Amino acid sequence: MSNLALSVNNLSFRYAGQAKDCVHDLSFEIFVGERFGLFGPNGAGKTTLMSLMVGLLKVKEGKILLLDKDLATEKKAIKHFIGYVPQDFAFYPELSPVENLDFFGAWSGLDKRTVKERTASLLEVLGLTDVAHKPVKQFSGGMKRRVNLAIGVIHEPQVLFLDEPTVGVDVQTRHAIIDYLKVLNAQGTTLVYTSHHLKEAEDLCERVALIDRGEMVAYDHLDQLLQRHGDNSGLEDLFLKLTGSAYRD
Amino acid sequence: MYKFTASITKELRLLSRDRVGLMIMFAMPILLVLLITSIQISAFELVNNSKVKVLLCNKDKGKGSQEFLSYLNEVGRFDLVNIDMTDRNVGDQMNDHDAFVALYIPEGFSEQIAKKASYSADKALVEFGINEVSDTLRMVNVDSLTIYFHPVLQQSLRRSIQGALKSVVQLVESKSMLNALYFSINNKPMPASFEKELFNNQIGIREKTTSHNGSRTIPNAAQHNVPAWTIFAMFFMVISLGGNVVKEKLSGSFVRLKILPTNFIIGLLSKQLLYLLVAMSQVLVIFSMGVFLFPHIGLPALNIPHDWLALIVVSLICGMSAISYALCIGVFAKTQEQANGFGAISVVILATIGGILVPSFAMPKSFQFFMNLSPLHWCLEAYYGLFLEGGKLSDLTSSVLPLIASIIVLQTIALIGLKRKNLI
Repeated sequence: MSNLALSVNNLSFRYAGQAKDCVHDLSFEIFVGERFGLFGPNGAGKTTLMSLMVGLLKVKEGKILLLDKDLATEKKAIKHFIGYVPQDFAFYPELSPVENLDFFGAWSGLDKRTVKERTASLLEVLGLTDVAHKPVKQFSGGMKRRVNLAIGVIHEPQVLFLDEPTVGVDVQTRHAIIDYLKVLNAQGTTLVYTSHHLKEAEDLCERVALIDRGEMVAYDHLDQLLQRHGDNSGLEDLFLKLTGSAYRD
Repeated sequence: MYKFTASITKELRLLSRDRVGLMIMFAMPILLVLLITSIQISAFELVNNSKVKVLLCNKDKGKGSQEFLSYLNEVGRFDLVNIDMTDRNVGDQMNDHDAFVALYIPEGFSEQIAKKASYSADKALVEFGINEVSDTLRMVNVDSLTIYFHPVLQQSLRRSIQGALKSVVQLVESKSMLNALYFSINNKPMPASFEKELFNNQIGIREKTTSHNGSRTIPNAAQHNVPAWTIFAMFFMVISLGGNVVKEKLSGSFVRLKILPTNFIIGLLSKQLLYLLVAMSQVLVIFSMGVFLFPHIGLPALNIPHDWLALIVVSLICGMSAISYALCIGVFAKTQEQANGFGAISVVILATIGGILVPSFAMPKSFQFFMNLSPLHWCLEAYYGLFLEGGKLSDLTSSVLPLIASIIVLQTIALIGLKRKNLI
């Protein structure tokens, strides 16, 4: 077994009825235990790429290997060790965090006792114990983000995909989420992460890929990338330098 | 198994928090079945049991009109109110007396009846060869009775009243003719005892309602309304179940479920199983109301069919039909408003063409084709087969098979929809 968590090879994808590829000839690798950041302006193809990597969209051109398994042929097996935290809230707002975790835990393949234990521990870590039995629809944006994250990690996935997990939350929640992700990573979980908060990305990610209009613009260790482009002011300036400052949406 | 029980529990929790959906599925049909049955009972009594008020203007003072009125009273359907009226003021008189029917007997009515009877008797004697043809034998025309109807009165009721009047006129005419004939032959009036024997010994008409296998369930408004509104209630689960599916699509839960290592069929099955239990609860609640509550509030009790197994099977199939329809709406609706609006309106339309709101026999023939497209029609036919005809499961294949076919079609459409929308 290789030390690759994810390998993307010559991946292209075009939505039905569109003239151009949304993702064009992308190739990159992510190592086991790595914290990998995927960045780009709005419409760059990040969410499409994320959807392809977790199997929500079907790969038609190119290849994706997850922990050495081909996503096209071994999707069922792969589902057991990947986790996904989508950008939009994906839970039942009428249910409480406990009730949501009970259901999604069962669907993740866990037994009842494990779900119960992990629910208690996750709610504790993410500061949701006091509201464990209240309907999620009554929660603030930050609390909902934490519920969204808890559901994505309840089955302790080996590779966790996070699509803007901190969007719309206050500084405290953002720090709490980033700290928790670091803990998860320290326990061995590979993180594949997208965000618009580039300062946060600098803090979290070891390696990054910058994509624009579906194509790879830059891909390396963060410090080496900054060094190579002679830009020591940070990822945000490098981002603007490589993708331009014009509106994208 | 834990996946399945967790799914059922999740659906149960969502349903228990959907108060509007629960109200629509339980409170609305309970109210509807109570109201519609009460209204239908009142309308039924108005048409069948109450006397029709008839304003009577009798310009004739003879024996014939008295006899006519006496027989009319014997019919027992008319409440005669004597007034003086003309052709001009009859409308005002009807308004003043709150009556829908008025009858005018012209002057000389009795005399003309007697003359006509005498002519008929003489004619008969000539035809029998007893008398010879006479120059004085002439046909007599009797002035018509005039009957006035209020414009709102239904055609069926007009015909029924006209029929009753015609039979009474015929009776008076026949009696006069027989008396005249008897007098011509015997030269003395017909004895009262013979007259009584002739006219009181009419052939009776027995009324019986047909049923399968000699079962004797008596049809009443409850037998029609309780199953009909139960079906309506089942299909109104489109608000709850359709909305539930739309919410899952919009909340992104479907997307998350898609990447989890569980077959989505488990989710669909648990959802449908729970709503099938809801449908069975609706049947239990509404039917129990018909059986136990109706007699206490002056409504006819619902008579449960003898074939319990058939009743359970038909209820399960009707429930599955409603679930499949709601699932389809939920899969294709883009918003919850769309699912609620389209779902509710389409169920009302399907109920109308399916014979829930208007009896199917009252629909024009051109609607028969559309009626067959409504799953509610087949549900109603299946229940009617049980409740009104006392049929067994084997007698219901003509309505159960189209229902099963519609379930398969709707479920397939829903699955194709989910697949095409990349949700499973």
